[in-house]
Amino acid sequence: MTGAADSDVVIRLRGIRNQFGPNVVHDALDLDVHRGEVLGVVGGSGTGKSVLLRTIVGLQHPVAGRIEVLSIDIARADDSARQALRMRWGVMFQDGALFSSLTVRENVEVPLRGAARLAPATRRALADLKISMSGLPWSAGDKYPAELSGGMRKRAGLARALALDPDIVFLDEPTAGLDPIGASQFDQLIRDLSDSLGLTVFMVTHDLDSLQACCDRIAVLAEKKVLVTGTMEQMLEVDHPWVHEYFHGPRARAALAAGAGQKG
Amino acid sequence: MARQFPQEPPEITLASEGPDSRVTLGGALTLAGVARLRAALDGLPADRPARLDLARTSRMDTAGAWAICALRARLEAAGQDLTLTGTTPEQDKLLATVRDAWPVPDAAPPPRHAIADRLETLGRAVTGGGRTMLELTGYLGIFLLRLFSSILRPRRFRLTALVHHCEDVGLRAVPIVALMAFLIGVVLAFQGAVQLRQFGAEVFVVDLIAISILRELGILLTAIIVAGRTASAFTAAIGSMKMREEVDAMRTLGIDPALALIVPRVLALLLMLPILGLIANAAGLLGGAIMSWLELGISPALFRTRLIANTDVSHVLVGMIKAPVFALIIGIIGCHAGMQVRGNAESLGMMTSRAVVAAIFAVIVADALFSIFFAEIGI
Repeated sequence: MTGAADSDVVIRLRGIRNQFGPNVVHDALDLDVHRGEVLGVVGGSGTGKSVLLRTIVGLQHPVAGRIEVLSIDIARADDSARQALRMRWGVMFQDGALFSSLTVRENVEVPLRGAARLAPATRRALADLKISMSGLPWSAGDKYPAELSGGMRKRAGLARALALDPDIVFLDEPTAGLDPIGASQFDQLIRDLSDSLGLTVFMVTHDLDSLQACCDRIAVLAEKKVLVTGTMEQMLEVDHPWVHEYFHGPRARAALAAGAGQKG
Repeated sequence: MARQFPQEPPEITLASEGPDSRVTLGGALTLAGVARLRAALDGLPADRPARLDLARTSRMDTAGAWAICALRARLEAAGQDLTLTGTTPEQDKLLATVRDAWPVPDAAPPPRHAIADRLETLGRAVTGGGRTMLELTGYLGIFLLRLFSSILRPRRFRLTALVHHCEDVGLRAVPIVALMAFLIGVVLAFQGAVQLRQFGAEVFVVDLIAISILRELGILLTAIIVAGRTASAFTAAIGSMKMREEVDAMRTLGIDPALALIVPRVLALLLMLPILGLIANAAGLLGGAIMSWLELGISPALFRTRLIANTDVSHVLVGMIKAPVFALIIGIIGCHAGMQVRGNAESLGMMTSRAVVAAIFAVIVADALFSIFFAEIGI
């Protein structure tokens, strides 16, 4: 890693160890995420992809290791630094995790309330803009989360995660449970937003099409650590059995063929 | 472009002489300064074109882009142009993204009449209440039908579930019911003593305690506690199964949810509530006897003699005859509310609390009706 690239690292994990009782999920895990990239994290079930995401955003405290986000060491930072940091990232949970007693618009307004002193009309307008940017129709703003479909809840969760124009967005299985059309629209949305807002995206996913369509780099979790990182093409060269199986299985070939077809 | 905290405020310079408004923007056009930016841009007149120079801006986020796009929308509505100069390619991209996503309100809903609205709400509440009553009757019917059909075909009956629910509804409720009744007996003896002593009629406290507990309070308070404890448990258990589509799964597997879920629960309550009522009666009399002894010097032997001599057994029967009715009310309301739960957690919470309130209310209404009935026939 060169000095110039070093300043570009927005998330730096070193020696992370996560453990639930005797069950070690991560051990000596290292990972760098660079500014402006879309990183896809893949791994088998139970390899701790979501645990890794929760560890970075501070919902899970690792037993050992160092987490630096935007050059701030999370374990050592004081409360105000941590609070400032929380305004610079957005998290989209698997099912949106919207507050069920608030409408979609009010959900998006929640982070705006905490961040800046805004007139209610301005806050509403900004929330409406974020709702529209995440691809929801105007009428969705007045609805409650229970009235939305799964895909719309994910979009609303994304709108809330983007409310403060964060530097980093964490997405937990953004396309899980969506139909193929909705999933590829979501992939396109993430790609567009990451290009125009300069977002860094940390995405946990199982979806090979998503990896192909919107990820700049892929990190594979296996054997309790980040086994390998690289582009889709580099993944195809790896000869670890699980990685090989994952990227050469029938689904992977279909996704790759579809991706190649789009590009060509 | 590294983002720093704290942010520098936006710098806004207006120069509106000449045929168009000229504005130079500098610093950070971000969420933190969007209120100032919006206020300044709102001040520009809409009757002439505007020119924004963004060459000195350090950074811009969607909030800044939103303020600029809002100005553009306002000027274009008035037939004027907005020209941007000095933008970076990233800023152009962001502005284009915001403009493409510009939210367009749907057509406003037709105006509503407040009075008509209220009337409609009232009407819906009335018909909703009527429908709920009908549904409850329907559930009672389903329960009885399934009960009798399982008597005809005993192999379909779920004895294990019945025993489990009997333990849950009956045995586990004994401590709280007994303690509550004991304390009610104590309170009645104490209050009765204070009043009756004025007439030198302390010994009538035995009649007071016996009649009020055996006839009314023992079973009524037991039913209220069981309504709070068991109706909510029924609603929560059935409701969470409904939420996770377990009830639908049962139907597709050919298992009758009414037979599997409702019959064992309501039947358990039907068997257990009279027993709980008897326990409450005994505990209430015990509490009253102890307090009479300590406070009024009525010995347990005298208490027993007066109790047997002066209190007719019909009081116990009048009390006990209500128990199965209360049990049906509580069980049916609890199970019905559970089956009304929809696919989200709020409706589970709402239906649970609604079941408790409805069950307690219905129990008290039924008790009042029983009182009138017994008074009319003179028991």
